[in-house]
Amino acid sequence: MKLWKSWVIATKDFSIFRKKKRILYTLIILPLLISIGLPIIISFMTQIDNPTTEIISLLNAFSYFYIILAFIQSSTLASYSILGEKIEQSLEPLLATPTTDSELLFGKTIASFLPCIGVIYASSIIFMILSDAVTYNTIGYLFFPNLSIAFILLLAVPLSSILSIQLSVIISSRVNDVRTANQLGSLLFIPFIGVYLLLVTNVISLNIINLFVISIVLFLIDAVLFYISKAIFRRDEILTKWK
Amino acid sequence: MIDAENLTRKFGDLTAVDKLTFHIKEGEVFGFLGPNGAGKTTTMRILACLISKTNGEARIAGYDVSDEADSLKIRKIVGLLPENVGLYDDLTAYKNLDFYGKLYECSETQRKENIEHFLRLLGLWDKREVLVGTFSKGMKQKLAIARALIHDPEILFLDEPTANLDPESSKTVRDFILDLKKEKKTIFLNTHNLDEAHRICDKIGIFNTKLMAIGSPEELEGSVWSNKTIIQLEQMNDKILKALNDLSLNNIRTDNNKLIIDVMNPEKENPIIVEAIVGAGGHVQYVTRLSPTLEDAYLKFVRGNK
Ligand SMILES: Nc1ncnc2c1ncn2[C@@H]1O[C@H](COP(=O)(O)OP(=O)(O)O)[C@@H](O)[C@H]1O
Ligand SMILES: [Mg+2]
Repeated sequence: MKLWKSWVIATKDFSIFRKKKRILYTLIILPLLISIGLPIIISFMTQIDNPTTEIISLLNAFSYFYIILAFIQSSTLASYSILGEKIEQSLEPLLATPTTDSELLFGKTIASFLPCIGVIYASSIIFMILSDAVTYNTIGYLFFPNLSIAFILLLAVPLSSILSIQLSVIISSRVNDVRTANQLGSLLFIPFIGVYLLLVTNVISLNIINLFVISIVLFLIDAVLFYISKAIFRRDEILTKWK
Repeated sequence: MIDAENLTRKFGDLTAVDKLTFHIKEGEVFGFLGPNGAGKTTTMRILACLISKTNGEARIAGYDVSDEADSLKIRKIVGLLPENVGLYDDLTAYKNLDFYGKLYECSETQRKENIEHFLRLLGLWDKREVLVGTFSKGMKQKLAIARALIHDPEILFLDEPTANLDPESSKTVRDFILDLKKEKKTIFLNTHNLDEAHRICDKIGIFNTKLMAIGSPEELEGSVWSNKTIIQLEQMNDKILKALNDLSLNNIRTDNNKLIIDVMNPEKENPIIVEAIVGAGGHVQYVTRLSPTLEDAYLKFVRGNK
């Protein structure tokens, strides 16, 4: 496998993303809103005399939200990246080049993965700094960085992004517009949003064990989707069965 | 250079390509002629290692299209112009070509030189920094041809290169293909444009799921039994027609004062026909021969065996 070819494909996608204002906005606005909006919510909570434990569980729930954000962001990018080729009918000339299916699939994966991870990390750093600033007086110590968010950002977020990208590959083979693809993709993520709601409402807590279980689940789904997407992303399949 | 032996491709129950056998020599321009749905695109995709075959064999420059390692080598020496251009509307003409140059493993200098060379040749050099989304159909088609040539391929697959183009763009593209022919490229051309095939191709295959006939345009024309004699008269009348009917000829059609007659053996029959007309008081102005055209051959073979 020639990794530089995957990189050529990914950088081509970056140039296209840069030209599409809509992609840029969806990529940047939501993480930015979250990184600033969530600390503002927390700041209000500290002012209306909430017990420290409740603020902490809210901080944890918001940290967990980055797993969902990674999914949403990657799915947007991957849909554009793969469906874009399908809609422009550029897959045929692309597949005619001496590039293997794996190089192509890997190129498409990093094209969505890297910008998503970049934006999430930037957003989470802003989120952590602002949250610390507004909660330091109430909690009495710097809440971030901590083990939970490190676990989330370094393990769960990448796994969630990969899951979303692979799902997009599978959905792209059957669907022809970006919105439908995103909607179908979010169906699989409903359970994870359920977990988020349980966190916000304090039914479960965000400890390392729970995070570990979530990561294992993400990993297992990734593994299953990897086999399916690899089987779907074969040139014969793409040109004769993708509808 | 391009060899197929009993090449077959099925989609479920539908056989799109049935036991196709042909051989194309290096430097030859082969026209693959057939109606819509004949299986031309499917054949081209198999030969360009884009989709798999169901049965039979195909080799490009000696490499086996169904072998994983060979298929990479084939894709390196083959240039493809697909039915749909599939360019990136959000990239400039230059970037589109440069991207493909990289994927075809061309060096930076080769990319630079070839991009400039082909864009100049096709009249697109001034538009190199313009987004392809703003291009006309003809410009896109030319750019896609440049893309197919970016890595100096020995073999070119062109899938209906002039379909849906205006006459002027068609002509530019056709002339360009003729230039490529001079450069001794081996070209496999899918088309349903008979005139184009006649002007460009050394060899033509008439195809409709099965290969119906193969040969040079002249051979195909000659293989159609259609020796027709046209006789232009000053004035047609019933007396002349009766005289001709008495000769018990095969097929006589009249068009105003023109007679179109099928003849088996023109050298022997034409004098007899003319004598009969003169005998009936007719005045013959012209006697000409209507030769069979590629169109006659095409229609005969495409309709014939289906
Ligand atoms: N992916 C596919 N699945 C099912 N049938 C197909 C597929 N691609 C082509 N066909 C069928 O194969 C036949 C040949 O198609 P094609 O090669 O596109 O013909 P042409 O290029 O000569 O117009 C047609 O009947 C078409 O419907
Ligand atoms: Mg076709």
